[in-house]
Amino acid sequence: MGQFDFFMPDTTVILSPSTIQRALARIAHEIAERNEASADVVLVGVQRGGVHLAQRLAGSLRGIWGHAVSVGTLDVGMHRDDLGRQAAPRIHPTVIPFDITGKTVVLVDDVLFSGRTTRAALDALNDFGRPKRVQLAVLVDRGHRELPIKADFVGKNVPTSLNEQITVRLQETDGEDVVRLEKK
Amino acid sequence: MTWNRKHLLDIESLTPDEITAVLDTARAFKAVGERAIKKVPALRGKTVINLFIEPSTRTRISFELAALRLTADVINFSAEASSLKKGETLKDTARNLEALNADIIIIRHSATGAPHFLSRFLNASVINAGDGAHEHPTQALLDAFTIRERKGRIEGLNVTILGDILYSRVARSNIWALTKLGAKVTLCGPSTLVPRVFERMGCRVTYDVDEAIADADIINLLRIQHERQRKTMFPSINEYATLFGLNKARLARTKPDVLIMHPGPINRGVEIDSEIADCVRSVILEQVTNGLAVRMAVLFLVNGGKGPQEIAA
Repeated sequence: MGQFDFFMPDTTVILSPSTIQRALARIAHEIAERNEASADVVLVGVQRGGVHLAQRLAGSLRGIWGHAVSVGTLDVGMHRDDLGRQAAPRIHPTVIPFDITGKTVVLVDDVLFSGRTTRAALDALNDFGRPKRVQLAVLVDRGHRELPIKADFVGKNVPTSLNEQITVRLQETDGEDVVRLEKK
Repeated sequence: MTWNRKHLLDIESLTPDEITAVLDTARAFKAVGERAIKKVPALRGKTVINLFIEPSTRTRISFELAALRLTADVINFSAEASSLKKGETLKDTARNLEALNADIIIIRHSATGAPHFLSRFLNASVINAGDGAHEHPTQALLDAFTIRERKGRIEGLNVTILGDILYSRVARSNIWALTKLGAKVTLCGPSTLVPRVFERMGCRVTYDVDEAIADADIINLLRIQHERQRKTMFPSINEYATLFGLNKARLARTKPDVLIMHPGPINRGVEIDSEIADCVRSVILEQVTNGLAVRMAVLFLVNGGKGPQEIAA
């Protein structure tokens, strides 16, 4: 700690509203490029951060492909590997109103960190059917993986330390689009 | 998230937020029951013991299925086939079960406070599945869940509980839950079974059935608990059916959208006419379905109620 602490703010904006929009547009194009059989692609947003991102990606993909893309939501709270070690998580609705068997499921989440949420999401998805393949799209990859999981589509890679946290705020839930890196 | 309890012993000590947390969680678990694969791994590797010192079928089966759908291992323990018959105390029985590394013990007992007693020395979570005439928390939670699902809210609704209130743990737990969530509760039945002292719990007491049900949004019917009554509290079953039973003539004078509830087992022709039990306003079987979801939620929440509040991202 020294006299230059003044120059090291506790909060840094990583993604502004326009860069979030551009990142999502790019991810949508990458999804379209990777999946030629567009009719087989469905999006599943991981509660809570991925739900609205999945909706926005579906909007972009509709513009690219010219047809609607099915969107579901998935809560992984019942499949976490830390249940019983911590307070029970709040459970949000899981709504997958279509059959995922044989489909390409693009899981959408806001931040990829340890990979444990994604592992739980893969388990949870299994209860709904057998997808042909599963891909992962995230707005921010902050590193520190604890499991062999990798995102297929990434908005921004952000090197972080473990005493920092990423805060994602979205228009739909928080009234603004911004991603910040904060000291804990 | 407001749930941070290791046990579910009664409704009286819960806050409205905690009750709402159970109801919200139960909604997600109800959806699990509607899927092709009705099982989630939330309690994988955990051991749940149904310690039913007082006989029960529906509550035990509901808890058993709830635990199985959460992937827990379940042992059913009934008083008839146990060492309690050989003179073992409840405390020793419970300690023996814990020595088998039980994580959650669900207890039904004819003595008020038995679950509270166990919770004082067990490391396992304790869930009250009915203690004497005191409380039956999961029944109240499933009733509240059913009301909220059907009516969209609980606050401001008129709920009439009709029947044997004095000997009913269901009534006591329901009164706590519903008044905490802002409903107006009216109690009605024979004066011997509905003492005025219940007014102190924040309800209205009346002995005029037609008046009690006229403005009701929900009528919750309770069975006469013959097994708990030391002596006859009213002249005859026939007289009870005539004076307090819900029949077609009485139902015709209620609100058109009134819900008919009953914790079961129902006695057709006594507290409820057979036709009414099966009519569209009756949600008696929905209560059974919702009971499973609510018990899954309770098992899930008490299992997590041991650590700090924060959940890693």
